[in-house]
Amino acid sequence: MQLALFIIVAIFTIGGALGVVATRNVVHAALFLLLSLLGAAGAYLLLFAEFLALVQVLIYGGAVTIVVLFAVMLTRSSEYPRITDNRQWPLGLITALVLSSVLGAAFWLTPADADAERKAPVFTDLASSLFTKWALPFEIASLVLLVALIGAIIIARQQNVVVTDDTSPEGED
Amino acid sequence: MSFLIDLAWSALGLAVMFAVLSVVVLSMVWLERKALGRLQLRYGPTRTGPFGLMQPIADAVKLILKEDIIPEDSEKAIFWIAPVIVVVSAFVIWVTIPGGDGVFIKNLPLGLFYIIAFAVIGILGLVLAGWGSANKYGIMGGLRSAAQLISYEIPVVLVAAAVAILAQSLDMREIVAAQSSYPYLVVLPLGLVIFFIAGLAEVGRTPFDIYHAESEVVGGPFVEYSGAHWSVFFLAEYINTFAIAALTALLFLGGWGGPALPDVVWFLFKTYAVVLVVFWVRGTFPRLRIDQLMAFAWKVMVPLSFYTVIIAAAYRFYALPWWSLTLMSLVGLAVAGWIIYRRMTAPARRVVQIQERLAAQRRATSTSRT
Repeated sequence: MQLALFIIVAIFTIGGALGVVATRNVVHAALFLLLSLLGAAGAYLLLFAEFLALVQVLIYGGAVTIVVLFAVMLTRSSEYPRITDNRQWPLGLITALVLSSVLGAAFWLTPADADAERKAPVFTDLASSLFTKWALPFEIASLVLLVALIGAIIIARQQNVVVTDDTSPEGED
Repeated sequence: MSFLIDLAWSALGLAVMFAVLSVVVLSMVWLERKALGRLQLRYGPTRTGPFGLMQPIADAVKLILKEDIIPEDSEKAIFWIAPVIVVVSAFVIWVTIPGGDGVFIKNLPLGLFYIIAFAVIGILGLVLAGWGSANKYGIMGGLRSAAQLISYEIPVVLVAAAVAILAQSLDMREIVAAQSSYPYLVVLPLGLVIFFIAGLAEVGRTPFDIYHAESEVVGGPFVEYSGAHWSVFFLAEYINTFAIAALTALLFLGGWGGPALPDVVWFLFKTYAVVLVVFWVRGTFPRLRIDQLMAFAWKVMVPLSFYTVIIAAAYRFYALPWWSLTLMSLVGLAVAGWIIYRRMTAPARRVVQIQERLAAQRRATSTSRT
């Protein structure tokens, strides 16, 4: 039963991932990406990680895919062939190989805990370990996000100054 | 075998949910027509049945019998799948929204988070609908919907997190049970206001219906949709409105808690009361402009929702008395009110400023001439 579900989820994930790289249309690629990410959420669900699955749906399935689509729609449709047909595929291949070998090594070298009881970790346990044991990595991650956010604001503001300099001498409110 | 029985029960539950929600949508269409009519000093539907009760059925028949036009240049696959994504995300969140103490299909321990996660997927359907219909207005509307809905998602999520902090649970039943002594409306009025406003923006009801405003983007993502396809979006919008009303009732108004009457009746009473407020707002307020809408989201709603989370966490952590939370929440509400007041009177102040400057200039020129 579980194997059958896992095969379905795996087909969605891998098929979606193949679709992302195979399709010529960027919007279709974004949709395939959604399929792949939701497949990963399904895999988390099969591992009893409900909270992680929901986070995957909220962050990757919802927000990230929408932002990708948003960016795609701001580009012109005549640019699509140039976006999809790039020459970086050898580099991409190397990156993919390195990443999968690192992940594979991590998978093989971690001793499998066969006796571990299969049950959903309660999300309050997750929260307390995140804010006590892993507080520093958590804070560093949020700091990185904050830096990215401020950087984005600065880039946007610089362009804004150029535009509004001569058009509205009255200024905002 | 037990798996098959589970599956059959789930299918039955989903069928019942679909039937109940269809009736709810019909009732809301009638209620909206009547309520808006009364607000605009007219009667609303009167000819179809007693009090016009048959009007939503006539509307539904009209919508389904309309010709369903699919534009030649549209991306057929995306044009088809977009309404499906929207309506599925509208329906799946109802799996865990309880309508009473034992009235739900599946109670999830992460219920509130599940509702928020799957509601976001619906935005994707709107963006795809706009893009797939190969129409400039459609794309503009799709972009606007993505920007608006993502921005207003943040206050909704943060206020829901504040409620979860207060109740110490994401389980909808436990959240309602935690409000047995007093509803969170009493301690978190700011949260209620933010949740209601951001919820209105999430479902695109009138002061925030910018992404499908007729006078600006001619229907936005729905511009090329007609007949049955369009009615699917319509259905999803009403179900989402009802979901926001139900969540407001569950998170802030004490859910199904109430004296004497059975809990389902209390739940429906509170939810329909919130729905009526939604219609009232629609009949009262003019539409915002897109830049005002985004500025309001990021400059007012998001900081205030962060404030809500912080005061809720501080209240929990230091075990403060409940009235201190009310007080802190009211301070936030007063700040919000002051910002909105300043914003609304800004044009008048600017007129006064410009008049003074012109008067000063006139005086300067008259003195220089003499």
